[in-house]
This record gives sequence, C-alpha cells and structure tokens, in this order.
Amino acid sequence: MKTLIDDILQKPHAGEMQYTSKDFKPDVDVRWCAGCGAISVLSPAQRLMPDLGIPKEKIVFISGIGCSGRFPYYMDTYGFHGIHGRALPIASGLKIARPDLSVWIVTGDGDNMSIGGNHFIHACRRNVDMNVLMFNNEVYSLTKGQYSPTSHRGQITKSSPLGALDDPFNPVALALGASASFVARGHDKDRAQLQQLLQKAHQHKGFSFVEIYTNCRIFNDGAFDLYTNAETREEHTVWLEHGMPLLFGKKKDKGIKLDGFKPTIINLNENGNSINDVLVHNEQDSTLAFILANMTYSEELPRPMGTLQNLERSSYEERVVKQIEDEVNLKGEGNLESLLLGESHWTI
Amino acid sequence: MSKLTEHLEEVTIRFAGDSGDGMQLVGTQFSDTSGFAGNEVNTFPDYPSEIRAPEGTLYGVSAFQIHFGTRNINTTGDFVDVLVAMNAASLKVNIANLRDQGIIILNTEGFDARNLKLAGYTTNPIEDGSLQKYHVVAIDMAKELKKGFIELDVPSKLIQRTKNLFALGITYWLFNRPLEATVSWINKKFKGKEDVILANVHSLQAGWNFAEKNEDFKKQYIIDKSQLAPGKYRNITGNQAVALGLVVAATKAHLPLFLGSYPITPATDILHALSGYKKYGVKHLQAEDEIAGITSAIGAAFGGSLAATTTSGPGLSLKTEAIGLAVMTELPLVIVDVQRAGPSTGLPTKPEQSDLMQAMYGRHGEAPLPVLAAASSSDCFNMTVEAARIALKYMTPVILLTDGYIGQASEPWQIPDIKSLPDITPQFASDPATFKPYLRKAETLCRQWAIPGMQGMEHRIGGLEKEDGSGVVSHDALNHQKMTELRQKKVDGIANDIPELKVIGDSEGDLLLLSWGSTYGAAKTAVEKLKGDGHNISFAHLRYLNPFPKNLGDVLHRFERVVIPELNMGQLKNLIQAKYLKSVIGINKVQGKPFKSIELEEKIKMLLSLENLNRWKANKGEVDIPVDL
Repeated sequence: MKTLIDDILQKPHAGEMQYTSKDFKPDVDVRWCAGCGAISVLSPAQRLMPDLGIPKEKIVFISGIGCSGRFPYYMDTYGFHGIHGRALPIASGLKIARPDLSVWIVTGDGDNMSIGGNHFIHACRRNVDMNVLMFNNEVYSLTKGQYSPTSHRGQITKSSPLGALDDPFNPVALALGASASFVARGHDKDRAQLQQLLQKAHQHKGFSFVEIYTNCRIFNDGAFDLYTNAETREEHTVWLEHGMPLLFGKKKDKGIKLDGFKPTIINLNENGNSINDVLVHNEQDSTLAFILANMTYSEELPRPMGTLQNLERSSYEERVVKQIEDEVNLKGEGNLESLLLGESHWTI
Repeated sequence: MSKLTEHLEEVTIRFAGDSGDGMQLVGTQFSDTSGFAGNEVNTFPDYPSEIRAPEGTLYGVSAFQIHFGTRNINTTGDFVDVLVAMNAASLKVNIANLRDQGIIILNTEGFDARNLKLAGYTTNPIEDGSLQKYHVVAIDMAKELKKGFIELDVPSKLIQRTKNLFALGITYWLFNRPLEATVSWINKKFKGKEDVILANVHSLQAGWNFAEKNEDFKKQYIIDKSQLAPGKYRNITGNQAVALGLVVAATKAHLPLFLGSYPITPATDILHALSGYKKYGVKHLQAEDEIAGITSAIGAAFGGSLAATTTSGPGLSLKTEAIGLAVMTELPLVIVDVQRAGPSTGLPTKPEQSDLMQAMYGRHGEAPLPVLAAASSSDCFNMTVEAARIALKYMTPVILLTDGYIGQASEPWQIPDIKSLPDITPQFASDPATFKPYLRKAETLCRQWAIPGMQGMEHRIGGLEKEDGSGVVSHDALNHQKMTELRQKKVDGIANDIPELKVIGDSEGDLLLLSWGSTYGAAKTAVEKLKGDGHNISFAHLRYLNPFPKNLGDVLHRFERVVIPELNMGQLKNLIQAKYLKSVIGINKVQGKPFKSIELEEKIKMLLSLENLNRWKANKGEVDIPVDL
C-alpha cells in the first residue's frame, strides 16, 4: 500500500534546521489592530517553533473565521484558513491522514465555542494529537462587536445594548467535560509564560486545548485586566503547576485549601495555617481539574491559570494507524482483485 | 413425476414478508443464483424505514424484487410475475403491482385472524375469491417444514426461522435454479453453527422438494442464459460500487484514501463498506456531523489524500459552504450524493433526482464544479473512478450524483481488470524555486498541489480570494473578476476531456429521448420496446451534467423535439433550455419511485402521434406540452 505520500514522508529535510523565530515570519504585514492581544500570541508562537526541532514544512497552522483566523498568514509554515467554526474538523482530517505533521489550530471564542461548538466537544473526546489555541476576548471583534458565548450576562455590546442575557461558557470546564486530555489557560500579557504553555501543549500527545485571554482593544478593552495586568494578576489569579502548592498573592502568602470539594482561601500568616494545608496541584487528577476549572467565575477565588489537566491517552490517529496495522497483521495486506470479486462471483 | 416446462424471456419475482421474515436475505440469494445461472439481473430491496416495525403491520412489510431474464434487463421490472407473500400485510401492500395471472405463493400461517386484522382485511383473501385472477398456491410452511424435520435433531424454534429458505427453495424449483450457490453461502455464513447450517440447508431443499411434488405447481419456467461478454461477474449495488470505485481510484492514483462521512440514508452503505476496508489502508472518520464529514475530507485533501465525502440531500445542503471552500482552495475532493426525495427530510428511503440544481448551483458566490451522474448500479463504479480522475487532474471538488434507487439496487457487474484501468496522475508540485500555489497549467488550468512535508513550498491557502498565481490574499477588483473567470474556465474546459454524447438510433429526426442518472434503465427499455414496435426514436444518456459534453447543443438542435424524463420537476430540462435555447418536453415523476419503462413507453407513444407533433409545430415548440403521468 505504498503511496506517493510515503515518498514525500520519507524524504529527509535538506540541509540543517537552524531556525530562528525570523524563519517563521513571512513577508506580510500583520494587520491586527495595534495592541491586539493576538499579536502577543504570535511572537511566542514564532519563538517556540525553532525549539520544536521539527522541519517547518511539517508544521501546519489551521484557523477558522474571526480575528484569530488570520494567524496562519503570519506563520511561515503550511497554513489553511478555513471557514467559520470548521478549523477543528479540517485539522482532524489532516492529522488523521498525516500523523507525521505538527498541527496547530488557532481559533476564537466565537469560532470555537459558538459556530464550531459541536466540533469542539467532539474534538475533545476524540483526542486527535493537535494543539488548539483559543483566543478568548469575550466578544465578536471581526463582525465589529457583538456578544460571544464567553461574554458575561449583562455585557453591553452592539447586539446587546441593554446587556447580554446569556450566561457564558467556561471554556476550560467545557473542554474537561468533553474529555479533553490537555486543558490549560494562559494570557497575552506574559509571553514567556505563554510560550511555556504552548511548548507543553505541543509535548502533550493528544488533543491540547489552551484558552488564551487576549485583549480586544477596540470592542472589549480591559476585560481581563484584573487577571493579566502585572499590578493585579498576582492577587487575582493562581498559577497551576503540577506538584506545586496553589499559592497566590503578591507575597505568595495565600493558598487554596480544599474544604471537601470546595476550594477556599487561606492566609498562611493567620490561624496557624501552613504550607501543608495548601492544595497541591496534580494535573493528572481529573476530579481536581473540574474543581479548579469551576473556580473560574467565582467572585472570591483567584482565577486558575496554567495547566488544569494533562492526561496521557492514546491519540485518535494512532488508533487509526494501529487498527489498520492490526487488520493487516491478522488478514494480510488487502488484495484488490479479491475485494472486487466480493463474496460471490461467477464466470461467463 | 414429470412436469411441463416453459421458456420465458424475463421474469419479475418479489419476495415480501414481515421485516423479521428474512426477505432481504432470500432476495439477495435469488439474485446471486440467477447471476450464476447466466441471466441478466436487476434487483431492488424495498424495506421499511422503521427499524423493527411491529410484526404483521402494513408499514412493517419488507420486500425484495428481482427482475431477471435473457436480455435487456435494465430495470427492476415494471410488474411482478411471482409474488411470495409471507403474511397478509405483505400481500395487501404488494398485490397492486402483480400481473394478472401472476403466481402468488402464500404462507397461510401469516393469514390468521390477527394478521388479517393488522393488514386491514375483513375476510381472508385466500378464501373469499378476491384472488381469482391470480394463480394462488397457499402453503402452511411451518407444517410442511415440521414434516421434513421429523428425523432431524434441530430445535423447532430454529426450524421456524428458516421458512424464508423454504420459500426460496420453492422459487428455485419454479425457475429450475441450482441450490449449490446458496448452500455454499449458508455454510460460509454460519460457519461453526452446525445446527443453523443444517436447518437452513434442509429447509431450502424441503422447499424445492415440496414444489416438485405439489400438484399446484404445474410448470417449471426456464430462462435462457444471456449473451453477456465473457468475464467475471458479481452482483453489485450502486453504494458498493462507489466504495470500490474510491478504493480503485486511490490505487490508480497511488494516493491514500480518506473518507469523512456522517451516516445518512440512503448513502450510509458506502460508509459501512469503506470502514471495513482497513487492510486496504482506507482511513475513515465517522464525523460528528455532515459539515465535519466534508471539512475533515478537505483537511485530508490538503495533506495529499484522495479525499471523499458521501451523503444524501440534507447532508449536501449542510456541506454547501464547505464545498465552496474546496472550490476556492482548488483541492481535489469527491462528493457523492445518493439522492433521496426531498425537500427537508422528505422520503428518506426513496429515490429522486431533485438535487441536480443544488449540485450545480447550491453555493453562494460563483462556485462552479464538475457534476457527474451514474446511470446504473454498476456504472457507479465507473463514474466514481471518473469523478476522482477529474478531481485530481483539475484540482477541483466533483459532485457525483447517484440516488436511492441505484444506490441500493443491484445488477451484475463485469469485474474490471484493475491493471487495464488507466493510471491517474495527481498534480503534485515539484520545484520549490518556481512554486506558487495558484500557478496554473496552461492546458487544464489546474493549480499545483504542494502538500505539507514538501520542503520549500510552505504556503497558506483558504477561503479568501487569492491573487492569481501567487495565491496571496487579494481584495483587488480586477483580480477577483479574473479568478472567477479562471475557475469557470477550468471547469468548462473539462468538456474537452470527456466523451461526446452518443446518440443511439438516427442522429437527427423528430424525437430524442434524453435521460440522465438512474432513469437510464427505464428509458433504454422503453426505447428498445418502441423500436421493436417500429417507432422511430433516438436515445441518448447524459453522464456529465457539468460541463455538458461538447456536442450536446448540436445533438439537441438536430431533433424537432427533445424529451427528458426526470424524477424531479424538470431540473435538467431547465438547465438545457437555458443553455441551448431549445424547448424540451419534460416527463416528471416525484413519487419516491423510479420510472416504470411502461410509463415512458406510453408517454412517448402519445408524443409520437402525428396529431401531437402537429400541435407542437403549431406552437413553434415554444409551449411545453404537459405530459401528465
């Protein structure tokens, strides 16, 4: 069953791969608005690529529609700008057909949670090995400012002048509920941290979902300031690191303690609390991941950032390949002549 | 006891019973055996859309029709000659299409008070004289079977389940068919279940023996062998043929095959078949919806697979935006639409040809693509390979139209020698130095296919308009005009690469019957009958709907009148009238059933009358003459 694709796959990369981030910047103008959060994701992505050790002809960026949809044009790799909401099935088909590729999806809260919501939950459970970067700006920007599936109730937008009536999705909880194996959250104000998260998503074998808070200066400016600005974020977010206690606050003197299944805040300087009382993160514990994800819209608790869950599970395309291999091992490679003859035939 | 024999040219037999009576199984066996016996065969399974309909009900009736004979078996048969009815409901549902003097083989057990009531009979048709114009053989099959099994140690429950094989045995005697093929099938099918094999084989033989001894069966009918071209044959449904066509096309193109699909009646059998072809390297994704079905295929095509998606009308509607994406990105993709009666959910199990306009134009923007249509079950194989050839050679999505009739019906297929089929050459880019994603070959206007993994040809494509050549996103006014025209020209140019339309009969004259898709069989049979009766009529069949064959306009204008029978309200008629400014007479049927050849024969006979021709001329062909079915 050797095909022309096998010839392409087996061809080694010519020359040495000594990439710098510049090699991933194509000769086009970046047309996002000045100060757009998306720009802050582009540079960590371009900087990460040389570290992957993958020839750039094997990297593919796929997007849907929305501001995030332009991302592939700004990466000098293979790229595909799909239609609204369909980046995930396009990417799934590509990765299943071509497991040799490193496949990245760039999407937004509208593209991925609304019109592409069905594809998202199924991609989560299917676990095709690909990385989803979801730019969440809690608004539709490319259509000039309507409320999105992650907008808050009461949010004033062009299509909700008196306030949105919907309650928002919590993207990480939705991903966990749909059995995504890797779920993380980052933001656009700490590029080094974001690059680290993207690296981790890449290393995870299977479906990786990274929600990225990206500020939209035009239609929802400052939506995440509390959680992303250097002055406030330490008080209002907690960074999740496997094996590390959930500490937060400028002096890292506050921690999250579990009261049954209920996360509570303790102050290490009060009531004889110690570091031993603080919850230690385990990214392989999916029950814990849910508890942490549900801290998201809490008024009192800090917002969880970092890796919520990181499970090892066979990826879908691996299973596809294995099923074919198992069948060939069991029955031998298919003989086309006998397939055409079918169960019964006759000769005239 | 020797009985009379009579030679017949053709016969239509229909096995009908309750959904649980195993009619599809015996129907398939009868058609395979008829094929083995050297006959032409055309079959149609007719089963309810209910999964397990309540026993004995009218809507739970399942039937399988086989039309077989020595020559010209192009349809599943207009009228039934032999009806096997396992219960009262199956008689009630199927008797309307039985020929006068036809044979009815009844299982009396299915005509008890309960079954009669469920079927809506107030009196028992076996006894009330209502079946007098038929030759009725009423048999208590359970009782007959018990007799035959006295010496065998087989549970009686199992025996009861083999009544269908008993009925099959009777019909095998009636048409002097050998039992071997079915016996060997039973042995293979139930390997390891000795008592099941024993029960089935025994019932089959018991049926044969019963018919041979029974006084009600006075004659055996002999159907001579057909003059088929030498070769290997098998029975094949259109859906099976599409699946095989895709595998063969991928092999001839030396590409991996990827199917992205979502289950939908009546197309799902293609997904079933391909999902079982793992040892041939076929990858498939049963997607979460129709849109994911096609977009996953587009992703696979971007990666260098021969990609396909299979669906029926409602699914095609959902895929339209993505088809536009495939048009814009100029990626090869085979889209198979097994048409069913619409609109909306319509009649999910019933055929229609009403997606033609959708296939042609059902996208926003100017989005031309090639549209092909298979003529018969076995032709689905050829046209699938052809669809893949065009998709890969021209870098374009192609829609192949079949329908629920030829998708599920079967006929003998001469198995091709794969080596003798021409290779398909994908249009891969090769030179990074000159590569641009939208540079076109002068001859075909197709762009080059650079797939991830090809070094130095990294590029971005998508649904936005591209600059000619470079493929860079462009909103330039004149460029859009140019690209729109190029996409159209590319598809139009395929006319130079497809066979011209062949006219059977005189190349000019009064009347041309022009069919497309699955109406081929009924139209061909009608034409042959009319010619046999001395009528002068020409016939042509279209497999290429976009672009049309180059000579179509010439052909049309050489005839005074052109008649197009379609299972829709005149979609091809409208396309042809618009393009060639030629008035067309439509024969249109939307009953969820294929044409009977007799229907076409009668309508054409009417049109052929001098009076009708004069009326047409008086109206200068400008007024359509209604042809009510």
